Amino acid sequence: MPPIDLSPLGISLRVALLATLISGLAGVLTAYRFYRRPGRHPALADTLLLSPMLLPPTVVGLLLLLLFGRRGLLGPALETLGLPLVFTWQAAMVAAAIVAFPLVYRAARGAFEQLDPQLLDAARLDGAPELDVLLHIALPLARPGLLAGLLLAYARALGEFGATLMVAGNIPGQTQTIPLAIYLATETGATGVALFWAAVAAMLCLGGVFLGRWLGRSPL
Amino acid sequence: MLLATALPALTQGPPQSADCDRVRQKSGRVLVAAAASLQPALQETTALYRSAFPRQEVSSSFAASGVLARQIEQGAPVDLFLAAAEGPMDRLQRQGLLEPGSRRSLLTNQLVLITPRSAPATIRRFADLTQASVRRIAIGEPLTVPAGDYARQTLRSLRLWERLQPKLLPLANVRAVLTAVELGNAEAGLVYRTDAQGSERVQTVAIASPHLHTPIRYPLAVLRRSSDPQAARCYADFLQSPAAQIVFRRFGFGLVPVPSR
Repeated sequence: MPPIDLSPLGISLRVALLATLISGLAGVLTAYRFYRRPGRHPALADTLLLSPMLLPPTVVGLLLLLLFGRRGLLGPALETLGLPLVFTWQAAMVAAAIVAFPLVYRAARGAFEQLDPQLLDAARLDGAPELDVLLHIALPLARPGLLAGLLLAYARALGEFGATLMVAGNIPGQTQTIPLAIYLATETGATGVALFWAAVAAMLCLGGVFLGRWLGRSPL
Repeated sequence: MLLATALPALTQGPPQSADCDRVRQKSGRVLVAAAASLQPALQETTALYRSAFPRQEVSSSFAASGVLARQIEQGAPVDLFLAAAEGPMDRLQRQGLLEPGSRRSLLTNQLVLITPRSAPATIRRFADLTQASVRRIAIGEPLTVPAGDYARQTLRSLRLWERLQPKLLPLANVRAVLTAVELGNAEAGLVYRTDAQGSERVQTVAIASPHLHTPIRYPLAVLRRSSDPQAARCYADFLQSPAAQIVFRRFGFGLVPVPSR
Protein backbone atom coordinates (compact mmCIF):
# COMPACT_ATOMS: atom_id res chain seq x y z
CA MET A 1 0.00 0.00 0.00
CA PRO A 2 1.43 3.46 -0.86
CA PRO A 3 2.14 5.67 2.16
CA ILE A 4 -0.96 7.42 3.45
CA ASP A 5 -0.96 11.21 3.41
CA LEU A 6 -1.41 12.05 7.09
CA SER A 7 -2.43 15.68 6.61
CA PRO A 8 -6.15 14.99 7.35
CA LEU A 9 -5.20 14.20 10.98
CA GLY A 10 -3.73 17.64 11.67
CA ILE A 11 -6.48 19.43 9.76
CA SER A 12 -9.20 17.51 11.57
CA LEU A 13 -7.72 18.17 15.01
CA ARG A 14 -7.20 21.87 14.28
CA VAL A 15 -10.73 22.24 12.91
CA ALA A 16 -12.40 20.20 15.66
CA LEU A 17 -10.56 21.76 18.61
CA LEU A 18 -11.06 25.33 17.44
CA ALA A 19 -14.69 24.62 16.56
CA THR A 20 -15.20 23.16 20.04
CA LEU A 21 -13.66 26.27 21.57
CA ILE A 22 -15.83 28.63 19.53
CA SER A 23 -19.06 26.69 19.91
CA GLY A 24 -18.22 26.16 23.60
CA LEU A 25 -17.90 29.88 24.34
CA ALA A 26 -20.88 30.83 22.20
CA GLY A 27 -23.01 27.94 23.43
CA VAL A 28 -22.40 28.55 27.16
CA LEU A 29 -22.91 32.32 26.92
CA THR A 30 -26.07 31.94 24.83
CA ALA A 31 -27.44 29.29 27.17
CA TYR A 32 -26.80 31.51 30.21
CA ARG A 33 -28.42 34.50 28.56
CA PHE A 34 -31.58 32.58 27.66
CA TYR A 35 -31.60 30.86 31.04
CA ARG A 36 -31.63 34.30 32.70
CA ARG A 37 -34.13 35.86 30.28
CA PRO A 38 -36.07 33.26 28.28
CA GLY A 39 -37.86 36.04 26.43
CA ARG A 40 -41.44 36.19 25.32
CA HIS A 41 -41.19 33.24 22.90
CA PRO A 42 -38.96 30.73 24.65
CA ALA A 43 -39.96 27.79 22.48
CA LEU A 44 -39.27 29.74 19.30
CA ALA A 45 -35.89 30.96 20.52
CA ASP A 46 -34.95 27.46 21.62
CA THR A 47 -35.93 25.97 18.26
CA LEU A 48 -33.92 28.57 16.36
CA LEU A 49 -30.86 28.05 18.53
CA LEU A 50 -31.11 24.29 18.00
CA SER A 51 -31.73 24.64 14.25
CA PRO A 52 -28.18 23.72 13.09
CA MET A 53 -28.77 20.37 14.74
CA LEU A 54 -32.35 20.00 13.56
CA LEU A 55 -31.73 20.90 9.91
CA PRO A 56 -29.92 18.65 7.43
CA PRO A 57 -26.21 19.61 7.35
CA THR A 58 -26.61 20.33 3.63
CA VAL A 59 -29.04 23.12 4.50
CA VAL A 60 -26.44 24.59 6.82
CA GLY A 61 -23.88 24.25 4.02
CA LEU A 62 -26.19 25.94 1.55
CA LEU A 63 -26.88 28.87 3.88
CA LEU A 64 -23.16 29.26 4.61
CA LEU A 65 -22.43 29.34 0.88
CA LEU A 66 -25.14 31.94 0.32
CA LEU A 67 -23.64 34.01 3.14
CA PHE A 68 -19.92 33.55 2.62
CA GLY A 69 -19.54 32.60 -1.06
CA ARG A 70 -17.50 35.08 -3.07
CA ARG A 71 -20.76 36.43 -4.47
CA GLY A 72 -22.66 35.77 -1.25
CA LEU A 73 -24.06 38.36 1.16
CA LEU A 74 -20.89 38.71 3.21
CA GLY A 75 -18.47 37.26 0.64
CA PRO A 76 -17.36 40.52 -0.97
CA ALA A 77 -16.77 42.12 2.45
CA LEU A 78 -14.58 39.18 3.55
CA GLU A 79 -12.80 39.46 0.22
CA THR A 80 -11.86 43.10 0.84
CA LEU A 81 -10.58 42.12 4.26
CA GLY A 82 -8.39 39.55 2.55
CA LEU A 83 -10.27 36.68 4.21
CA PRO A 84 -12.02 34.73 1.47
CA LEU A 85 -13.65 32.04 3.55
CA VAL A 86 -15.02 29.43 1.15
CA PHE A 87 -12.76 26.48 0.34
CA THR A 88 -10.35 27.23 3.20
CA TRP A 89 -9.82 25.30 6.42
CA GLN A 90 -11.38 28.21 8.28
CA ALA A 91 -14.62 27.50 6.41
CA ALA A 92 -14.49 23.92 7.70
CA MET A 93 -14.01 25.33 11.21
CA VAL A 94 -16.98 27.68 10.89
CA ALA A 95 -19.18 24.86 9.56
CA ALA A 96 -18.11 22.54 12.38
CA ALA A 97 -18.62 25.24 15.03
CA ILE A 98 -22.12 25.96 13.78
CA VAL A 99 -23.30 22.35 13.75
CA ALA A 100 -21.67 21.74 17.16
CA PHE A 101 -23.14 24.86 18.77
CA PRO A 102 -26.59 23.39 19.63
CA LEU A 103 -24.99 20.51 21.52
CA VAL A 104 -23.18 22.89 23.87
CA TYR A 105 -26.14 25.22 24.10
CA ARG A 106 -28.57 22.40 24.93
CA ALA A 107 -26.29 20.77 27.51
CA ALA A 108 -25.38 24.10 29.15
CA ARG A 109 -28.99 25.24 29.22
CA GLY A 110 -29.98 21.99 30.89
CA ALA A 111 -27.15 22.30 33.39
CA PHE A 112 -28.11 25.89 34.28
CA GLU A 113 -31.78 24.93 34.68
CA GLN A 114 -30.71 22.37 37.29
CA LEU A 115 -29.01 24.99 39.46
CA ASP A 116 -30.67 26.27 42.61
CA PRO A 117 -31.62 29.82 41.58
CA GLN A 118 -31.48 30.93 45.20
CA LEU A 119 -27.71 30.42 45.21
CA LEU A 120 -27.29 32.79 42.30
CA ASP A 121 -29.74 35.28 43.77
CA ALA A 122 -27.94 35.22 47.10
CA ALA A 123 -24.72 36.25 45.38
CA ARG A 124 -26.53 38.99 43.46
CA LEU A 125 -28.10 40.28 46.69
CA ASP A 126 -24.61 40.51 48.13
CA GLY A 127 -23.76 42.74 45.21
CA ALA A 128 -21.84 40.35 42.98
CA PRO A 129 -21.70 41.54 39.35
CA GLU A 130 -23.40 39.20 36.86
CA LEU A 131 -20.06 38.18 35.34
CA ASP A 132 -18.85 37.01 38.75
CA VAL A 133 -22.07 35.13 39.32
CA LEU A 134 -21.53 33.32 36.03
CA LEU A 135 -17.81 32.67 36.44
CA HIS A 136 -17.69 31.79 40.10
CA ILE A 137 -21.04 30.22 40.86
CA ALA A 138 -22.99 29.13 37.79
CA LEU A 139 -20.12 27.68 35.75
CA PRO A 140 -18.48 25.64 38.54
CA LEU A 141 -21.83 24.25 39.65
CA ALA A 142 -22.85 23.39 36.10
CA ARG A 143 -19.47 21.87 35.24
CA PRO A 144 -20.50 18.23 34.66
CA GLY A 145 -23.23 19.26 32.22
CA LEU A 146 -20.99 21.75 30.43
CA LEU A 147 -18.27 19.14 30.07
CA ALA A 148 -20.73 16.68 28.55
CA GLY A 149 -21.82 19.33 26.07
CA LEU A 150 -18.26 20.17 25.10
CA LEU A 151 -17.40 16.53 24.53
CA LEU A 152 -20.43 16.01 22.32
CA ALA A 153 -19.52 19.17 20.40
CA TYR A 154 -15.96 17.93 19.93
CA ALA A 155 -17.13 14.59 18.54
CA ARG A 156 -19.70 16.28 16.30
CA ALA A 157 -17.14 18.78 14.99
CA LEU A 158 -14.66 16.01 14.28
CA GLY A 159 -17.30 14.08 12.36
CA GLU A 160 -18.79 17.00 10.41
CA PHE A 161 -19.05 16.10 6.73
CA GLY A 162 -21.96 17.50 4.72
CA ALA A 163 -21.70 21.22 5.35
CA THR A 164 -17.91 20.99 5.32
CA LEU A 165 -17.82 19.38 1.89
CA MET A 166 -20.05 22.15 0.58
CA VAL A 167 -18.23 25.18 1.97
CA ALA A 168 -14.67 23.94 2.32
CA GLY A 169 -14.41 21.36 -0.43
CA ASN A 170 -12.15 18.32 -0.26
CA ILE A 171 -8.69 19.75 -0.94
CA PRO A 172 -5.87 17.43 0.11
CA GLY A 173 -3.52 19.12 2.55
CA GLN A 174 -5.80 22.14 2.94
CA THR A 175 -9.40 21.29 3.77
CA GLN A 176 -9.47 17.50 3.63
CA THR A 177 -10.50 16.37 7.11
CA ILE A 178 -10.66 12.74 8.21
CA PRO A 179 -14.35 12.23 7.27
CA LEU A 180 -13.65 13.68 3.81
CA ALA A 181 -10.58 11.48 3.42
CA ILE A 182 -12.73 8.44 4.26
CA TYR A 183 -15.32 9.53 1.69
CA LEU A 184 -12.76 10.03 -1.09
CA ALA A 185 -10.94 6.79 -0.28
CA THR A 186 -14.24 4.88 -0.39
CA GLU A 187 -15.22 6.46 -3.69
CA THR A 188 -11.90 5.57 -5.24
CA GLY A 189 -11.92 2.02 -3.91
CA ALA A 190 -8.98 2.57 -1.55
CA THR A 191 -10.62 0.50 1.16
CA GLY A 192 -7.42 0.13 3.17
CA VAL A 193 -7.00 3.90 3.41
CA ALA A 194 -10.67 4.30 4.31
CA LEU A 195 -10.37 1.73 7.09
CA PHE A 196 -7.22 3.36 8.42
CA TRP A 197 -8.95 6.72 8.72
CA ALA A 198 -12.07 5.11 10.14
CA ALA A 199 -9.94 3.60 12.90
CA VAL A 200 -8.26 6.96 13.55
CA ALA A 201 -11.67 8.68 13.67
CA ALA A 202 -12.95 6.10 16.13
CA MET A 203 -9.92 6.58 18.35
CA LEU A 204 -10.18 10.36 18.28
CA CYS A 205 -13.95 10.51 18.83
CA LEU A 206 -14.47 7.66 21.27
CA GLY A 207 -11.08 8.09 22.91
CA GLY A 208 -11.51 11.83 23.25
CA VAL A 209 -14.94 11.55 24.81
CA PHE A 210 -13.86 8.75 27.14
CA LEU A 211 -10.78 10.66 28.23
CA GLY A 212 -12.87 13.76 28.83
CA ARG A 213 -15.36 11.86 30.94
CA TRP A 214 -12.62 10.18 32.90
CA LEU A 215 -10.67 13.38 33.57
CA GLY A 216 -13.90 15.17 34.40
CA ARG A 217 -14.81 12.84 37.26
CA SER A 218 -12.52 14.59 39.73
CA PRO A 219 -12.45 18.37 40.11
CA LEU A 220 -9.67 19.80 37.97
CA MET B 1 -39.79 24.50 -29.40
CA LEU B 2 -36.69 22.46 -28.78
CA LEU B 3 -38.78 19.35 -29.13
CA ALA B 4 -40.21 20.59 -32.39
CA THR B 5 -36.83 20.76 -34.07
CA ALA B 6 -36.20 17.15 -33.19
CA LEU B 7 -39.67 15.85 -33.99
CA PRO B 8 -39.28 15.36 -37.74
CA ALA B 9 -36.33 13.12 -37.09
CA LEU B 10 -38.34 11.33 -34.46
CA THR B 11 -41.24 10.62 -36.76
CA GLN B 12 -38.82 9.46 -39.41
CA GLY B 13 -38.37 6.64 -37.08
CA PRO B 14 -37.19 5.85 -33.62
CA PRO B 15 -34.92 2.83 -33.61
CA GLN B 16 -36.36 -0.13 -35.41
CA SER B 17 -34.36 -2.77 -33.60
CA ALA B 18 -36.03 -6.00 -32.61
CA ASP B 19 -35.55 -5.01 -28.97
CA CYS B 20 -37.53 -1.84 -29.45
CA ASP B 21 -40.38 -3.55 -31.29
CA ARG B 22 -40.97 -5.71 -28.26
CA VAL B 23 -40.34 -2.95 -25.74
CA ARG B 24 -42.90 -0.67 -27.36
CA GLN B 25 -45.74 -2.96 -26.28
CA LYS B 26 -44.84 -3.41 -22.66
CA SER B 27 -44.23 -1.30 -19.64
CA GLY B 28 -40.76 -1.20 -18.18
CA ARG B 29 -38.24 0.78 -16.29
CA VAL B 30 -34.67 1.65 -17.14
CA LEU B 31 -32.23 3.09 -14.63
CA VAL B 32 -29.47 4.97 -16.42
CA ALA B 33 -26.26 5.86 -14.62
CA ALA B 34 -24.72 8.70 -16.58
CA ALA B 35 -21.73 11.01 -16.43
CA ALA B 36 -22.68 14.34 -14.83
CA SER B 37 -21.76 16.21 -18.03
CA LEU B 38 -24.62 14.43 -19.82
CA GLN B 39 -27.32 15.70 -17.50
CA PRO B 40 -28.82 18.53 -19.60
CA ALA B 41 -28.75 16.57 -22.87
CA LEU B 42 -30.06 13.32 -21.41
CA GLN B 43 -32.99 15.09 -19.82
CA GLU B 44 -34.09 15.98 -23.35
CA THR B 45 -33.39 12.63 -24.94
CA THR B 46 -35.29 10.95 -22.14
CA ALA B 47 -38.31 13.15 -22.77
CA LEU B 48 -38.14 12.29 -26.48
CA TYR B 49 -37.86 8.62 -25.71
CA ARG B 50 -40.81 8.73 -23.36
CA SER B 51 -42.97 10.26 -26.08
CA ALA B 52 -42.00 7.43 -28.45
CA PHE B 53 -42.28 4.71 -25.79
CA PRO B 54 -44.94 6.00 -23.41
CA ARG B 55 -45.01 2.87 -21.29
CA GLN B 56 -41.30 2.97 -20.56
CA GLU B 57 -40.02 4.74 -17.48
CA VAL B 58 -36.48 6.10 -17.61
CA SER B 59 -34.80 7.44 -14.50
CA SER B 60 -31.27 8.73 -14.48
CA SER B 61 -28.63 9.02 -11.80
CA PHE B 62 -25.95 11.59 -12.59
CA ALA B 63 -22.54 11.66 -10.91
CA ALA B 64 -18.86 11.41 -11.71
CA SER B 65 -18.25 8.36 -13.90
CA GLY B 66 -15.74 6.93 -11.44
CA VAL B 67 -18.26 7.20 -8.62
CA LEU B 68 -20.99 5.56 -10.71
CA ALA B 69 -18.67 2.70 -11.69
CA ARG B 70 -17.93 2.13 -8.01
CA GLN B 71 -21.65 2.10 -7.20
CA ILE B 72 -22.29 -0.42 -9.99
CA GLU B 73 -19.48 -2.63 -8.71
CA GLN B 74 -21.15 -2.57 -5.33
CA GLY B 75 -24.46 -3.69 -6.76
CA ALA B 76 -26.41 -0.57 -7.71
CA PRO B 77 -29.38 -1.77 -9.81
CA VAL B 78 -28.28 0.10 -12.94
CA ASP B 79 -29.41 -1.05 -16.40
CA LEU B 80 -27.39 1.22 -18.63
CA PHE B 81 -24.11 3.02 -17.96
CA LEU B 82 -22.88 6.07 -19.85
CA ALA B 83 -19.40 7.17 -18.81
CA ALA B 84 -17.32 10.18 -19.81
CA ALA B 85 -14.15 8.10 -20.22
CA GLU B 86 -13.16 4.60 -21.19
CA GLY B 87 -11.40 3.95 -17.85
CA PRO B 88 -14.44 3.38 -15.61
CA MET B 89 -16.08 1.27 -18.33
CA ASP B 90 -12.90 -0.78 -18.75
CA ARG B 91 -12.96 -1.50 -15.04
CA LEU B 92 -16.50 -2.85 -15.17
CA GLN B 93 -15.70 -4.86 -18.28
CA ARG B 94 -12.70 -6.49 -16.62
CA GLN B 95 -14.99 -7.63 -13.82
CA GLY B 96 -17.44 -9.10 -16.29
CA LEU B 97 -20.21 -6.71 -15.33
CA LEU B 98 -21.09 -5.58 -18.86
CA GLU B 99 -23.45 -7.40 -21.16
CA PRO B 100 -21.15 -8.83 -23.85
CA GLY B 101 -21.33 -6.94 -27.12
CA SER B 102 -23.35 -4.05 -25.70
CA ARG B 103 -20.46 -1.61 -25.29
CA ARG B 104 -20.02 1.13 -27.86
CA SER B 105 -18.76 4.69 -28.10
CA LEU B 106 -21.49 7.29 -28.25
CA LEU B 107 -20.09 10.81 -28.05
CA THR B 108 -16.97 12.93 -28.00
CA ASN B 109 -16.23 16.17 -26.21
CA GLN B 110 -13.49 18.74 -25.65
CA LEU B 111 -11.86 20.11 -22.53
CA VAL B 112 -11.96 23.89 -22.15
CA LEU B 113 -10.72 26.54 -19.74
CA ILE B 114 -13.47 28.81 -18.42
CA THR B 115 -13.64 31.96 -16.31
CA PRO B 116 -16.61 33.84 -14.88
CA ARG B 117 -18.15 35.97 -17.61
CA SER B 118 -17.97 39.08 -15.43
CA ALA B 119 -14.27 38.60 -14.75
CA PRO B 120 -11.72 40.97 -16.28
CA ALA B 121 -10.00 39.36 -19.26
CA THR B 122 -6.67 38.62 -17.59
CA ILE B 123 -6.80 34.89 -18.28
CA ARG B 124 -6.48 34.16 -21.97
CA ARG B 125 -4.56 30.88 -22.04
CA PHE B 126 -3.56 28.05 -19.72
CA ALA B 127 -0.21 29.64 -18.83
CA ASP B 128 -2.06 32.65 -17.36
CA LEU B 129 -3.30 30.42 -14.56
CA THR B 130 0.02 30.98 -12.81
CA GLN B 131 -0.87 34.65 -12.23
CA ALA B 132 -1.21 35.64 -8.59
CA SER B 133 -4.75 36.94 -9.17
CA VAL B 134 -5.82 33.35 -9.84
CA ARG B 135 -6.28 31.89 -6.41
CA ARG B 136 -8.51 28.91 -7.08
CA ILE B 137 -8.75 26.71 -10.16
CA ALA B 138 -11.69 24.32 -10.04
CA ILE B 139 -11.23 20.87 -11.58
CA GLY B 140 -12.93 17.54 -11.19
CA GLU B 141 -11.43 15.27 -8.55
CA PRO B 142 -8.93 13.45 -10.84
CA LEU B 143 -9.42 10.09 -9.15
CA THR B 144 -13.16 9.88 -9.77
CA VAL B 145 -14.09 12.57 -12.30
CA PRO B 146 -13.01 11.99 -15.92
CA ALA B 147 -12.97 15.75 -16.59
CA GLY B 148 -10.55 16.06 -13.67
CA ASP B 149 -8.37 13.32 -15.11
CA TYR B 150 -8.33 15.03 -18.51
CA ALA B 151 -7.54 18.31 -16.71
CA ARG B 152 -4.64 16.71 -14.88
CA GLN B 153 -3.29 15.21 -18.11
CA THR B 154 -3.58 18.58 -19.85
CA LEU B 155 -1.87 20.55 -17.08
CA ARG B 156 0.85 17.91 -16.87
CA SER B 157 1.43 18.05 -20.64
CA LEU B 158 1.72 21.82 -20.33
CA ARG B 159 4.13 21.43 -17.40
CA LEU B 160 1.82 23.48 -15.19
CA TRP B 161 0.53 20.76 -12.87
CA GLU B 162 3.17 21.06 -10.15
CA ARG B 163 3.09 24.84 -10.06
CA LEU B 164 -0.69 25.05 -9.99
CA GLN B 165 -1.15 22.31 -7.40
CA PRO B 166 -1.74 24.64 -4.39
CA LYS B 167 -4.49 26.48 -6.27
CA LEU B 168 -6.42 23.44 -7.42
CA LEU B 169 -9.90 22.92 -6.04
CA PRO B 170 -10.96 19.33 -6.74
CA LEU B 171 -14.74 18.95 -6.87
CA ALA B 172 -17.08 15.97 -6.93
CA ASN B 173 -18.16 16.23 -10.57
CA VAL B 174 -17.79 18.46 -13.58
CA ARG B 175 -21.11 20.26 -12.98
CA ALA B 176 -19.79 21.32 -9.57
CA VAL B 177 -16.74 22.76 -11.33
CA LEU B 178 -19.01 24.76 -13.61
CA THR B 179 -21.00 26.05 -10.64
CA ALA B 180 -17.88 27.05 -8.71
CA VAL B 181 -16.77 29.22 -11.63
CA GLU B 182 -20.28 30.59 -12.25
CA LEU B 183 -20.45 31.72 -8.62
CA GLY B 184 -16.95 33.16 -8.71
CA ASN B 185 -15.75 30.79 -5.99
CA ALA B 186 -12.94 29.87 -8.39
CA GLU B 187 -11.28 32.27 -10.82
CA ALA B 188 -11.05 29.56 -13.48
CA GLY B 189 -12.06 25.99 -14.12
CA LEU B 190 -11.62 23.12 -16.54
CA VAL B 191 -14.85 21.68 -17.88
CA TYR B 192 -16.18 20.21 -21.09
CA ARG B 193 -17.05 22.39 -24.02
CA THR B 194 -20.68 21.26 -23.58
CA ASP B 195 -20.80 22.50 -19.97
CA ALA B 196 -19.36 25.87 -20.95
CA GLN B 197 -21.71 26.21 -23.90
CA GLY B 198 -24.73 25.61 -21.68
CA SER B 199 -23.89 28.38 -19.21
CA GLU B 200 -24.38 32.09 -19.72
CA ARG B 201 -22.33 32.96 -16.67
CA VAL B 202 -18.98 31.63 -17.87
CA GLN B 203 -16.79 32.26 -20.88
CA THR B 204 -14.49 29.86 -22.67
CA VAL B 205 -11.01 31.36 -22.85
CA ALA B 206 -9.03 28.40 -24.20
CA ILE B 207 -9.57 24.93 -25.61
CA ALA B 208 -7.19 22.17 -24.57
CA SER B 209 -5.51 20.90 -27.68
CA PRO B 210 -6.57 17.24 -28.14
CA HIS B 211 -2.99 15.97 -28.12
CA LEU B 212 -2.60 17.15 -24.50
CA HIS B 213 -4.89 14.44 -23.13
CA THR B 214 -6.36 11.09 -24.09
CA PRO B 215 -9.34 11.44 -26.45
CA ILE B 216 -12.56 12.34 -24.65
CA ARG B 217 -15.03 9.63 -25.57
CA TYR B 218 -18.28 8.61 -23.92
CA PRO B 219 -18.81 4.84 -23.95
CA LEU B 220 -22.13 3.20 -23.21
CA ALA B 221 -22.96 -0.35 -22.15
CA VAL B 222 -25.82 -2.42 -20.81
CA LEU B 223 -25.14 -3.98 -17.43
CA ARG B 224 -25.22 -7.73 -17.16
CA ARG B 225 -27.33 -7.60 -14.01
CA SER B 226 -29.97 -5.43 -15.69
CA SER B 227 -33.45 -6.64 -14.79
CA ASP B 228 -34.73 -5.61 -18.22
CA PRO B 229 -31.83 -5.76 -20.69
CA GLN B 230 -34.18 -5.52 -23.65
CA ALA B 231 -35.52 -2.16 -22.50
CA ALA B 232 -31.99 -0.99 -21.73
CA ARG B 233 -30.79 -1.98 -25.22
CA CYS B 234 -33.73 -0.19 -26.76
CA TYR B 235 -32.88 3.04 -24.93
CA ALA B 236 -29.22 2.60 -25.92
CA ASP B 237 -30.30 2.21 -29.56
CA PHE B 238 -32.47 5.28 -29.21
CA LEU B 239 -29.48 7.33 -28.06
CA GLN B 240 -27.88 6.60 -31.44
CA SER B 241 -31.02 7.42 -33.41
CA PRO B 242 -31.09 10.60 -35.52
CA ALA B 243 -33.56 12.18 -33.09
CA ALA B 244 -31.23 11.81 -30.12
CA GLN B 245 -28.15 12.74 -32.12
CA ILE B 246 -29.73 16.06 -33.07
CA VAL B 247 -30.10 16.79 -29.37
CA PHE B 248 -26.52 15.79 -28.56
CA ARG B 249 -25.16 17.90 -31.40
CA ARG B 250 -27.16 20.91 -30.29
CA PHE B 251 -25.64 20.60 -26.82
CA GLY B 252 -22.19 20.66 -28.40
CA PHE B 253 -21.20 16.99 -28.30
CA GLY B 254 -19.35 15.33 -31.14
CA LEU B 255 -20.88 12.13 -32.50
CA VAL B 256 -19.13 8.84 -32.92
CA PRO B 257 -20.30 7.43 -36.26
CA VAL B 258 -22.79 4.59 -35.83
CA PRO B 259 -21.40 1.45 -37.39
CA SER B 260 -23.86 0.10 -39.96
CA ARG B 261 -25.63 -2.99 -38.77
